[in-house]
Amino acid sequence: MNQENIVLKTKDFNIFYGEKQAIFNMNLDICEKKVTAIIGPSGCGKSTLLRSFNRMNDFVPSFNCNGAIEFEKKNILKLDPMEVRTRIGMVFQKPNPFPKSIYNNIIWGPKIHGHKVNYDELVEDSLKKAALWDEVKDRLNESALELSGGQQQRLCIARTIAMKPEVILMDEPCSALDPKSTIKIEDLIDDLKNDYTIVIVTHNMQQAARVSDYTAFFYEGELIEFDYTDKLFTKPSNKQTEDYITGRFG
Amino acid sequence: MHRYAKKMEILARTLLGSCAFLSILTTIGIILVLSTETIEFFGQVSPLDFLFGTKWEPLLEPKSFGVLPLVSGTLMIMVGSGLIAIPIGLFTAVYLSEYSSFRTRQIIKPVLEILAGIPTIVYGYFALTFITPVLKNIFPDIEVFNALSGAIVVGIMILPMVSSLCDDAFQGVPRQLKDGGYALGATSFEVIGQVVIPAAASRIMAAFILALSRAIGETMAVTLAAGATPIFRVNPLESIQTMTAYIVQVSLGDTPAGGVEYLTCFAVASLLFVITLFMNVIGQSIMYRVKKKATR
Repeated sequence: MNQENIVLKTKDFNIFYGEKQAIFNMNLDICEKKVTAIIGPSGCGKSTLLRSFNRMNDFVPSFNCNGAIEFEKKNILKLDPMEVRTRIGMVFQKPNPFPKSIYNNIIWGPKIHGHKVNYDELVEDSLKKAALWDEVKDRLNESALELSGGQQQRLCIARTIAMKPEVILMDEPCSALDPKSTIKIEDLIDDLKNDYTIVIVTHNMQQAARVSDYTAFFYEGELIEFDYTDKLFTKPSNKQTEDYITGRFG
Repeated sequence: MHRYAKKMEILARTLLGSCAFLSILTTIGIILVLSTETIEFFGQVSPLDFLFGTKWEPLLEPKSFGVLPLVSGTLMIMVGSGLIAIPIGLFTAVYLSEYSSFRTRQIIKPVLEILAGIPTIVYGYFALTFITPVLKNIFPDIEVFNALSGAIVVGIMILPMVSSLCDDAFQGVPRQLKDGGYALGATSFEVIGQVVIPAAASRIMAAFILALSRAIGETMAVTLAAGATPIFRVNPLESIQTMTAYIVQVSLGDTPAGGVEYLTCFAVASLLFVITLFMNVIGQSIMYRVKKKATR
Protein backbone atom coordinates (compact mmCIF):
# COMPACT_ATOMS: atom_id res chain seq x y z
CA MET A 1 0.00 0.00 0.00
CA ASN A 2 2.72 2.50 0.84
CA GLN A 3 6.38 3.05 0.09
CA GLU A 4 7.09 5.59 2.80
CA ASN A 5 9.40 5.04 5.75
CA ILE A 6 7.78 2.98 8.44
CA VAL A 7 8.48 4.28 11.94
CA LEU A 8 6.37 1.96 14.04
CA LYS A 9 5.41 -1.55 13.15
CA THR A 10 3.43 -4.02 15.21
CA LYS A 11 4.22 -7.66 14.45
CA ASP A 12 1.74 -10.36 15.40
CA PHE A 13 1.01 -8.30 18.48
CA ASN A 14 -1.47 -9.59 21.07
CA ILE A 15 -2.69 -7.92 24.26
CA PHE A 16 -4.37 -9.62 27.19
CA TYR A 17 -6.01 -8.25 30.30
CA GLY A 18 -5.88 -11.23 32.60
CA GLU A 19 -7.68 -13.96 30.68
CA LYS A 20 -9.40 -11.60 28.28
CA GLN A 21 -7.72 -10.86 24.98
CA ALA A 22 -8.02 -7.23 23.87
CA ILE A 23 -5.88 -7.12 20.71
CA PHE A 24 -5.61 -10.01 18.25
CA ASN A 25 -2.62 -10.64 16.04
CA MET A 26 -2.12 -7.01 15.14
CA ASN A 27 0.05 -6.11 12.16
CA LEU A 28 -0.02 -2.38 11.61
CA ASP A 29 2.51 -0.03 10.01
CA ILE A 30 2.80 3.64 10.99
CA CYS A 31 4.46 5.86 8.38
CA GLU A 32 6.91 8.65 9.09
CA LYS A 33 5.57 12.21 9.21
CA LYS A 34 2.04 11.13 8.39
CA VAL A 35 -1.10 11.16 10.47
CA THR A 36 -2.52 7.73 11.10
CA ALA A 37 -5.99 7.58 12.61
CA ILE A 38 -7.35 4.59 14.48
CA ILE A 39 -11.15 4.39 14.51
CA GLY A 40 -13.65 1.88 15.75
CA PRO A 41 -16.49 1.47 18.23
CA SER A 42 -15.87 1.77 21.99
CA GLY A 43 -13.97 -1.17 23.42
CA CYS A 44 -12.42 -2.15 20.08
CA GLY A 45 -8.92 -1.83 21.56
CA LYS A 46 -7.82 1.34 19.78
CA SER A 47 -6.65 3.16 22.94
CA THR A 48 -5.18 -0.05 24.31
CA LEU A 49 -2.96 -0.42 21.26
CA LEU A 50 -2.03 3.26 21.30
CA ARG A 51 -0.93 3.03 24.93
CA SER A 52 1.31 0.08 24.06
CA PHE A 53 3.39 2.24 21.71
CA ASN A 54 4.76 4.22 24.69
CA ARG A 55 4.48 1.46 27.29
CA MET A 56 1.74 3.22 29.27
CA ASN A 57 0.00 -0.14 29.66
CA ASP A 58 2.82 -1.19 31.99
CA PHE A 59 0.84 0.42 34.79
CA VAL A 60 -2.13 -1.91 34.34
CA PRO A 61 -1.55 -4.84 36.73
CA SER A 62 -3.29 -7.52 34.65
CA PHE A 63 -1.74 -6.34 31.35
CA ASN A 64 0.13 -8.90 29.30
CA CYS A 65 1.26 -8.98 25.69
CA ASN A 66 3.26 -10.92 23.13
CA GLY A 67 4.59 -10.29 19.66
CA ALA A 68 6.61 -7.18 18.89
CA ILE A 69 6.38 -3.48 18.24
CA GLU A 70 9.30 -2.33 16.13
CA PHE A 71 10.56 1.19 16.48
CA GLU A 72 13.67 1.93 14.43
CA LYS A 73 14.52 -1.76 14.19
CA LYS A 74 14.25 -2.28 17.94
CA ASN A 75 11.47 -3.96 19.87
CA ILE A 76 9.78 -1.37 22.08
CA LEU A 77 8.74 -4.11 24.51
CA LYS A 78 12.40 -4.81 25.25
CA LEU A 79 13.51 -1.18 25.68
CA ASP A 80 13.54 0.92 28.83
CA PRO A 81 10.03 2.40 29.09
CA MET A 82 11.36 5.78 30.26
CA GLU A 83 13.56 5.94 27.17
CA VAL A 84 10.66 4.97 24.89
CA ARG A 85 8.45 7.70 26.34
CA THR A 86 10.99 10.45 25.70
CA ARG A 87 10.91 9.58 22.00
CA ILE A 88 7.25 8.71 21.68
CA GLY A 89 5.20 11.42 23.32
CA MET A 90 1.53 11.29 24.25
CA VAL A 91 -1.41 13.66 24.47
CA PHE A 92 -4.35 12.45 26.53
CA GLN A 93 -8.12 12.55 26.32
CA LYS A 94 -8.50 15.14 29.06
CA PRO A 95 -6.06 18.04 29.14
CA ASN A 96 -3.70 17.26 32.02
CA PRO A 97 -1.32 20.19 32.58
CA PHE A 98 0.64 20.07 35.83
CA PRO A 99 -0.50 22.49 38.53
CA LYS A 100 2.54 24.64 37.75
CA SER A 101 3.16 27.73 35.63
CA ILE A 102 2.85 27.57 31.85
CA TYR A 103 6.63 27.98 31.60
CA ASN A 104 7.36 25.20 34.08
CA ASN A 105 4.93 22.85 32.36
CA ILE A 106 6.99 23.11 29.17
CA ILE A 107 10.43 22.75 30.73
CA TRP A 108 9.51 20.01 33.20
CA GLY A 109 10.26 17.10 30.87
CA PRO A 110 13.54 18.45 29.41
CA LYS A 111 14.64 19.48 32.91
CA ILE A 112 14.21 16.07 34.55
CA HIS A 113 16.16 14.52 31.68
CA GLY A 114 18.91 17.10 32.08
CA HIS A 115 18.64 18.40 28.51
CA LYS A 116 21.11 21.25 28.21
CA VAL A 117 19.13 23.80 26.23
CA ASN A 118 18.13 27.41 26.51
CA TYR A 119 14.81 27.09 28.32
CA ASP A 120 13.44 30.47 27.21
CA GLU A 121 13.97 29.53 23.58
CA LEU A 122 12.57 26.07 24.13
CA VAL A 123 9.40 27.47 25.72
CA GLU A 124 8.89 29.99 22.92
CA ASP A 125 9.63 27.45 20.21
CA SER A 126 7.35 24.76 21.69
CA LEU A 127 4.48 27.15 22.30
CA LYS A 128 4.78 28.53 18.76
CA LYS A 129 4.69 25.04 17.31
CA ALA A 130 1.61 24.33 19.39
CA ALA A 131 -0.04 27.55 18.16
CA LEU A 132 -0.36 28.87 21.70
CA TRP A 133 2.47 31.42 21.91
CA ASP A 134 0.45 34.50 20.93
CA GLU A 135 -2.23 33.76 23.51
CA VAL A 136 0.10 33.19 26.48
CA LYS A 137 3.39 34.97 25.78
CA ASP A 138 2.61 37.70 28.33
CA ARG A 139 1.67 35.35 31.13
CA LEU A 140 4.12 32.48 31.06
CA ASN A 141 4.42 32.53 34.84
CA GLU A 142 0.72 32.16 35.48
CA SER A 143 -0.68 28.78 36.47
CA ALA A 144 -1.51 26.51 33.56
CA LEU A 145 -4.82 25.78 35.28
CA GLU A 146 -5.98 29.32 34.47
CA LEU A 147 -6.08 28.45 30.77
CA SER A 148 -9.21 27.30 28.94
CA GLY A 149 -9.63 23.58 28.14
CA GLY A 150 -8.54 24.04 24.53
CA GLN A 151 -5.52 26.09 25.55
CA GLN A 152 -4.61 23.49 28.18
CA GLN A 153 -4.67 20.78 25.54
CA ARG A 154 -2.40 22.82 23.25
CA LEU A 155 -0.12 23.37 26.25
CA CYS A 156 0.02 19.61 26.70
CA ILE A 157 0.96 19.29 23.04
CA ALA A 158 3.64 21.97 23.52
CA ARG A 159 4.92 20.10 26.58
CA THR A 160 5.20 16.95 24.46
CA ILE A 161 6.94 18.81 21.62
CA ALA A 162 9.49 20.23 24.07
CA MET A 163 10.85 16.71 24.51
CA LYS A 164 11.59 16.65 20.76
CA PRO A 165 9.95 13.26 20.23
CA GLU A 166 9.75 11.48 16.91
CA VAL A 167 6.22 10.23 17.35
CA ILE A 168 3.23 11.90 19.05
CA LEU A 169 0.37 9.66 20.17
CA MET A 170 -2.98 11.34 20.64
CA ASP A 171 -5.69 9.55 22.57
CA GLU A 172 -8.97 11.24 21.59
CA PRO A 173 -7.36 14.64 22.10
CA CYS A 174 -10.54 16.60 21.33
CA SER A 175 -13.16 14.56 23.14
CA ALA A 176 -13.25 16.98 26.11
CA LEU A 177 -13.17 20.14 23.98
CA ASP A 178 -15.73 22.40 22.36
CA PRO A 179 -16.01 22.55 18.53
CA LYS A 180 -13.96 25.72 18.18
CA SER A 181 -11.04 24.36 20.22
CA THR A 182 -11.37 21.10 18.31
CA ILE A 183 -10.82 22.87 14.98
CA LYS A 184 -7.73 24.59 16.38
CA ILE A 185 -6.25 21.27 17.48
CA GLU A 186 -7.07 19.71 14.10
CA ASP A 187 -5.33 22.58 12.27
CA LEU A 188 -2.40 22.10 14.61
CA ILE A 189 -2.18 18.39 13.81
CA ASP A 190 -1.96 19.32 10.14
CA ASP A 191 1.05 21.57 10.86
CA LEU A 192 2.72 19.12 13.20
CA LYS A 193 2.94 16.33 10.65
CA ASN A 194 5.72 18.26 8.89
CA ASP A 195 7.97 17.40 11.82
CA TYR A 196 6.37 14.48 13.63
CA THR A 197 4.73 11.16 13.04
CA ILE A 198 1.26 11.27 14.57
CA VAL A 199 -1.04 8.45 15.62
CA ILE A 200 -4.47 9.61 16.69
CA VAL A 201 -7.24 7.57 18.22
CA THR A 202 -10.66 9.09 17.70
CA HIS A 203 -14.28 8.08 18.00
CA ASN A 204 -15.15 10.89 15.63
CA MET A 205 -15.08 9.60 12.06
CA GLN A 206 -15.33 13.06 10.52
CA GLN A 207 -12.26 14.03 12.48
CA ALA A 208 -10.35 11.02 11.22
CA ALA A 209 -11.38 11.89 7.67
CA ARG A 210 -10.31 15.52 8.12
CA VAL A 211 -6.90 15.10 9.76
CA SER A 212 -5.42 11.78 8.76
CA ASP A 213 -3.50 10.37 5.82
CA TYR A 214 -4.10 6.76 6.79
CA THR A 215 -6.94 5.22 8.72
CA ALA A 216 -7.10 1.91 10.53
CA PHE A 217 -10.49 0.48 11.41
CA PHE A 218 -10.53 -1.76 14.48
CA TYR A 219 -13.34 -4.03 15.55
CA GLU A 220 -13.28 -6.18 18.68
CA GLY A 221 -9.50 -6.09 18.92
CA GLU A 222 -8.82 -6.90 15.28
CA LEU A 223 -7.57 -4.76 12.43
CA ILE A 224 -10.39 -4.97 9.92
CA GLU A 225 -9.12 -2.54 7.31
CA PHE A 226 -6.14 -0.23 6.91
CA ASP A 227 -5.80 2.10 3.97
CA TYR A 228 -5.39 5.64 2.72
CA THR A 229 -7.98 7.71 4.52
CA ASP A 230 -9.53 8.91 1.25
CA LYS A 231 -9.96 5.38 0.04
CA LEU A 232 -11.19 3.91 3.32
CA PHE A 233 -13.92 6.49 3.67
CA THR A 234 -15.02 6.49 0.03
CA LYS A 235 -14.43 2.94 -1.16
CA PRO A 236 -13.98 0.65 1.83
CA SER A 237 -13.15 -2.86 0.73
CA ASN A 238 -14.66 -4.53 3.78
CA LYS A 239 -18.36 -4.80 4.53
CA GLN A 240 -17.89 -4.17 8.27
CA THR A 241 -15.90 -0.99 7.59
CA GLU A 242 -18.61 0.23 5.29
CA ASP A 243 -21.30 -0.49 7.86
CA TYR A 244 -19.35 1.39 10.53
CA ILE A 245 -18.50 4.51 8.52
CA THR A 246 -22.01 4.78 7.18
CA GLY A 247 -23.28 4.68 10.75
CA ARG A 248 -25.00 1.31 10.65
CA PHE A 249 -23.40 0.37 13.99
CA GLY A 250 -20.89 1.72 16.50
CA MET B 1 -50.41 -4.88 57.60
CA HIS B 2 -49.90 -1.42 56.25
CA ARG B 3 -50.67 0.16 59.61
CA TYR B 4 -48.11 -2.11 61.20
CA ALA B 5 -45.44 -0.97 58.72
CA LYS B 6 -46.29 2.63 59.43
CA LYS B 7 -45.93 2.09 63.18
CA MET B 8 -42.58 0.43 62.61
CA GLU B 9 -41.49 3.38 60.52
CA ILE B 10 -42.31 5.83 63.32
CA LEU B 11 -40.56 3.62 65.87
CA ALA B 12 -37.49 3.31 63.66
CA ARG B 13 -37.34 7.02 63.08
CA THR B 14 -37.53 7.77 66.81
CA LEU B 15 -34.99 5.13 67.73
CA LEU B 16 -32.48 6.05 65.03
CA GLY B 17 -32.95 9.75 65.64
CA SER B 18 -32.34 9.47 69.36
CA CYS B 19 -29.15 7.51 68.70
CA ALA B 20 -27.89 10.30 66.48
CA PHE B 21 -28.99 12.89 69.00
CA LEU B 22 -27.19 11.08 71.82
CA SER B 23 -23.74 11.93 70.51
CA ILE B 24 -24.63 15.61 70.25
CA LEU B 25 -25.95 15.53 73.82
CA THR B 26 -22.78 13.85 75.03
CA THR B 27 -20.60 16.48 73.39
CA ILE B 28 -22.67 19.28 74.91
CA GLY B 29 -22.50 17.54 78.30
CA ILE B 30 -18.72 17.22 78.16
CA ILE B 31 -18.25 20.85 77.18
CA LEU B 32 -20.63 21.94 79.99
CA VAL B 33 -18.82 19.95 82.69
CA LEU B 34 -15.41 21.05 81.45
CA SER B 35 -16.32 24.72 81.28
CA THR B 36 -18.16 25.02 84.63
CA GLU B 37 -15.35 23.31 86.53
CA THR B 38 -12.73 25.32 84.65
CA ILE B 39 -14.50 28.58 85.45
CA GLU B 40 -14.54 27.57 89.09
CA PHE B 41 -10.80 26.85 88.91
CA PHE B 42 -10.08 30.24 87.42
CA GLY B 43 -12.05 31.78 90.28
CA GLN B 44 -9.24 30.58 92.54
CA VAL B 45 -6.21 30.72 90.25
CA SER B 46 -5.41 33.54 87.87
CA PRO B 47 -5.50 32.44 84.21
CA LEU B 48 -2.18 34.23 83.62
CA ASP B 49 -0.46 32.28 86.40
CA PHE B 50 -1.92 29.12 84.93
CA LEU B 51 -0.97 29.72 81.29
CA PHE B 52 2.48 31.25 81.79
CA GLY B 53 3.72 29.80 85.07
CA THR B 54 6.68 27.45 84.83
CA LYS B 55 6.10 25.54 88.06
CA TRP B 56 3.44 22.85 88.27
CA GLU B 57 3.09 21.76 91.89
CA PRO B 58 -0.63 21.66 92.64
CA LEU B 59 -0.31 18.85 95.16
CA LEU B 60 2.53 20.32 97.20
CA GLU B 61 2.66 23.25 99.59
CA PRO B 62 3.03 26.03 98.57
CA LYS B 63 0.80 25.27 95.61
CA SER B 64 1.87 26.41 92.18
CA PHE B 65 -0.30 26.20 89.07
CA GLY B 66 1.90 27.05 86.09
CA VAL B 67 0.83 24.67 83.29
CA LEU B 68 3.90 25.20 81.07
CA PRO B 69 5.75 22.08 82.34
CA LEU B 70 2.82 19.96 81.21
CA VAL B 71 2.60 21.85 77.90
CA SER B 72 6.30 21.44 77.27
CA GLY B 73 6.06 17.73 78.08
CA THR B 74 3.17 17.39 75.64
CA LEU B 75 4.99 19.38 72.97
CA MET B 76 8.07 17.19 73.31
CA ILE B 77 5.96 14.13 72.69
CA MET B 78 4.24 15.82 69.76
CA VAL B 79 7.44 17.03 68.11
CA GLY B 80 9.30 13.79 68.74
CA SER B 81 6.51 11.55 67.50
CA GLY B 82 6.03 13.85 64.49
CA LEU B 83 9.71 13.58 63.61
CA ILE B 84 9.26 9.83 63.49
CA ALA B 85 5.78 9.38 62.08
CA ILE B 86 5.73 12.14 59.45
CA PRO B 87 8.70 11.08 57.31
CA ILE B 88 8.16 7.34 57.75
CA GLY B 89 4.42 7.66 57.22
CA LEU B 90 4.87 9.81 54.13
CA PHE B 91 7.47 7.47 52.66
CA THR B 92 5.29 4.45 53.40
CA ALA B 93 2.46 6.11 51.50
CA VAL B 94 4.79 6.94 48.59
CA TYR B 95 5.94 3.34 48.47
CA LEU B 96 2.39 2.00 48.65
CA SER B 97 1.04 4.26 45.98
CA GLU B 98 3.83 4.21 43.37
CA TYR B 99 6.24 1.37 44.00
CA SER B 100 4.57 -1.59 45.65
CA SER B 101 2.98 -4.31 43.60
CA PHE B 102 -0.70 -4.97 44.09
CA ARG B 103 0.15 -7.97 46.28
CA THR B 104 2.55 -6.12 48.62
CA ARG B 105 -0.04 -3.42 49.02
CA GLN B 106 -2.57 -6.09 50.00
CA ILE B 107 -0.20 -7.17 52.79
CA ILE B 108 1.07 -3.82 54.08
CA LYS B 109 -2.30 -2.08 54.26
CA PRO B 110 -3.92 -4.56 56.71
CA VAL B 111 -0.73 -4.72 58.80
CA LEU B 112 -0.90 -0.95 59.22
CA GLU B 113 -4.53 -1.26 60.20
CA ILE B 114 -3.63 -3.84 62.85
CA LEU B 115 -0.98 -1.44 64.13
CA ALA B 116 -3.69 1.20 64.45
CA GLY B 117 -5.95 -1.20 66.34
CA ILE B 118 -3.54 -2.21 69.13
CA PRO B 119 -4.70 -0.86 72.51
CA THR B 120 -2.55 2.09 73.55
CA ILE B 121 -1.71 0.54 76.92
CA VAL B 122 0.08 -2.22 75.01
CA TYR B 123 2.17 0.42 73.28
CA GLY B 124 2.99 1.82 76.70
CA TYR B 125 4.25 -1.53 77.92
CA PHE B 126 6.18 -1.97 74.69
CA ALA B 127 7.91 1.36 75.32
CA LEU B 128 8.70 0.57 78.93
CA THR B 129 9.89 -3.00 78.47
CA PHE B 130 11.45 -2.85 75.02
CA ILE B 131 12.17 0.65 73.69
CA THR B 132 13.62 2.08 76.90
CA PRO B 133 16.02 -0.85 77.51
CA VAL B 134 17.20 -0.55 73.90
CA LEU B 135 17.70 3.19 74.36
CA LYS B 136 19.62 2.51 77.54
CA ASN B 137 22.25 0.72 75.49
CA ILE B 138 22.71 3.86 73.44
CA PHE B 139 22.28 6.46 76.21
CA PRO B 140 23.42 4.87 79.49
CA ASP B 141 22.19 7.92 81.48
CA ILE B 142 18.61 7.62 80.32
CA GLU B 143 15.92 7.49 83.03
CA VAL B 144 13.49 4.60 83.30
CA PHE B 145 10.68 6.97 82.38
CA ASN B 146 11.74 9.32 79.62
CA ALA B 147 10.30 11.55 76.95
CA LEU B 148 12.25 9.94 74.10
CA SER B 149 10.75 6.52 74.63
CA GLY B 150 7.28 8.06 74.86
CA ALA B 151 7.82 10.06 71.68
CA ILE B 152 9.04 7.01 69.78
CA VAL B 153 6.11 4.87 70.83
CA VAL B 154 3.56 7.59 70.05
CA GLY B 155 5.31 8.04 66.70
CA ILE B 156 4.76 4.35 65.97
CA MET B 157 1.15 4.71 67.07
CA ILE B 158 0.29 7.59 64.76
CA LEU B 159 2.32 6.18 61.87
CA PRO B 160 -0.62 4.23 60.36
CA MET B 161 -2.75 7.35 60.51
CA VAL B 162 -0.15 9.43 58.67
CA SER B 163 0.48 6.79 56.03
CA SER B 164 -3.16 5.99 55.41
CA LEU B 165 -4.22 9.67 55.19
CA CYS B 166 -1.25 10.43 52.91
CA ASP B 167 -2.11 7.41 50.79
CA ASP B 168 -5.67 8.74 50.48
CA ALA B 169 -4.19 12.08 49.49
CA PHE B 170 -2.13 10.45 46.74
CA GLN B 171 -5.10 8.42 45.52
CA GLY B 172 -6.97 11.71 45.25
CA VAL B 173 -4.51 12.97 42.63
CA PRO B 174 -6.09 12.27 39.22
CA ARG B 175 -4.57 9.35 37.36
CA GLN B 176 -4.26 11.47 34.21
CA LEU B 177 -1.95 13.91 35.98
CA LYS B 178 0.46 11.10 36.84
CA ASP B 179 0.14 9.74 33.30
CA GLY B 180 1.17 13.17 32.03
CA GLY B 181 4.38 12.91 34.02
CA TYR B 182 5.10 9.32 33.01
CA ALA B 183 4.39 10.09 29.34
CA LEU B 184 7.28 12.56 29.42
CA GLY B 185 9.60 9.75 30.41
CA ALA B 186 9.75 10.55 34.12
CA THR B 187 10.61 7.95 36.75
CA SER B 188 8.22 7.10 39.57
CA PHE B 189 10.38 9.12 41.92
CA GLU B 190 10.14 12.22 39.72
CA VAL B 191 6.41 11.82 39.23
CA ILE B 192 5.67 11.38 42.93
CA GLY B 193 8.10 14.06 44.08
CA GLN B 194 7.35 16.74 41.53
CA VAL B 195 3.79 16.06 40.43
CA VAL B 196 1.87 14.01 42.99
CA ILE B 197 3.15 15.49 46.27
CA PRO B 198 2.77 19.14 45.13
CA ALA B 199 -0.73 18.36 43.83
CA ALA B 200 -1.69 16.69 47.13
CA ALA B 201 0.20 19.15 49.35
CA SER B 202 -2.72 20.59 51.26
CA ARG B 203 -4.25 17.19 52.00
CA ILE B 204 -0.86 15.96 53.19
CA MET B 205 -0.59 18.99 55.49
CA ALA B 206 -4.03 18.22 56.87
CA ALA B 207 -2.97 14.62 57.49
CA PHE B 208 0.05 15.78 59.46
CA ILE B 209 -2.01 18.14 61.60
CA LEU B 210 -4.64 15.51 62.39
CA ALA B 211 -1.95 12.98 63.32
CA LEU B 212 -0.14 15.47 65.55
CA SER B 213 -3.38 16.33 67.28
CA ARG B 214 -3.81 12.63 67.95
CA ALA B 215 -0.29 12.57 69.43
CA ILE B 216 -1.21 15.42 71.77
CA GLY B 217 -4.31 13.64 72.97
CA GLU B 218 -2.56 10.30 73.46
CA THR B 219 -2.70 9.19 77.10
CA MET B 220 -1.93 5.67 78.25
CA ALA B 221 1.28 5.08 76.31
CA VAL B 222 2.86 8.32 77.43
CA THR B 223 1.73 7.89 81.02
CA LEU B 224 3.50 4.58 81.09
CA ALA B 225 6.56 5.50 79.06
CA ALA B 226 7.31 9.11 79.82
CA GLY B 227 6.55 9.23 83.52
CA ALA B 228 5.04 11.77 85.87
CA THR B 229 7.61 14.49 86.45
CA PRO B 230 6.12 17.87 85.61
CA ILE B 231 9.31 19.88 85.32
CA PHE B 232 9.86 22.59 82.72
CA ARG B 233 12.81 21.23 80.72
CA VAL B 234 13.61 19.84 77.30
CA ASN B 235 15.95 16.94 77.84
CA PRO B 236 14.31 13.95 76.11
CA LEU B 237 16.30 11.50 78.20
CA GLU B 238 14.57 12.61 81.40
CA SER B 239 11.13 11.95 82.74
CA ILE B 240 8.39 14.44 81.90
CA GLN B 241 4.63 14.63 82.33
CA THR B 242 2.14 15.37 79.61
CA MET B 243 -1.21 17.05 80.15
CA THR B 244 -3.02 13.76 79.61
CA ALA B 245 -0.74 11.88 81.98
CA TYR B 246 -1.43 14.46 84.69
CA ILE B 247 -5.17 13.99 84.28
CA VAL B 248 -4.71 10.24 84.71
CA GLN B 249 -2.64 10.80 87.84
CA VAL B 250 -5.27 12.98 89.48
CA SER B 251 -8.20 10.84 88.40
CA LEU B 252 -6.66 7.69 89.83
CA GLY B 253 -5.22 9.30 92.93
CA ASP B 254 -6.88 10.15 96.22
CA THR B 255 -7.21 13.84 95.45
CA PRO B 256 -10.41 14.94 97.22
CA ALA B 257 -13.17 16.07 94.89
CA GLY B 258 -14.03 19.74 95.08
CA GLY B 259 -10.64 21.07 96.14
CA VAL B 260 -8.60 23.27 93.86
CA GLU B 261 -6.17 20.35 93.26
CA TYR B 262 -9.05 18.40 91.84
CA LEU B 263 -10.19 21.30 89.67
CA THR B 264 -6.75 21.53 87.99
CA CYS B 265 -7.71 18.38 86.18
CA PHE B 266 -10.54 20.18 84.39
CA ALA B 267 -8.47 23.24 83.60
CA VAL B 268 -5.79 21.08 82.01
CA ALA B 269 -8.44 19.08 80.15
CA SER B 270 -9.99 22.29 78.82
CA LEU B 271 -6.64 23.52 77.57
CA LEU B 272 -6.04 20.16 75.91
CA PHE B 273 -9.50 20.27 74.40
CA VAL B 274 -8.96 23.77 72.99
CA ILE B 275 -5.57 22.86 71.49
CA THR B 276 -6.74 19.66 69.80
CA LEU B 277 -10.00 21.29 68.69
CA PHE B 278 -8.01 24.10 67.12
CA MET B 279 -5.74 21.65 65.28
CA ASN B 280 -8.63 19.49 64.15
CA VAL B 281 -10.52 22.50 62.85
CA ILE B 282 -7.48 23.59 60.84
CA GLY B 283 -6.90 20.06 59.54
CA GLN B 284 -10.54 19.51 58.63
CA SER B 285 -10.92 22.92 57.02
CA ILE B 286 -7.93 22.26 54.77
CA MET B 287 -9.51 18.93 53.80
CA TYR B 288 -12.84 20.63 53.18
CA ARG B 289 -11.31 23.36 51.03
CA VAL B 290 -9.51 20.75 48.93
CA LYS B 291 -12.70 18.73 48.47
CA LYS B 292 -14.62 21.81 47.38
CA LYS B 293 -11.92 22.68 44.89
CA ALA B 294 -11.86 19.15 43.52
CA THR B 295 -15.60 19.07 42.85
CA ARG B 296 -15.70 22.49 41.25
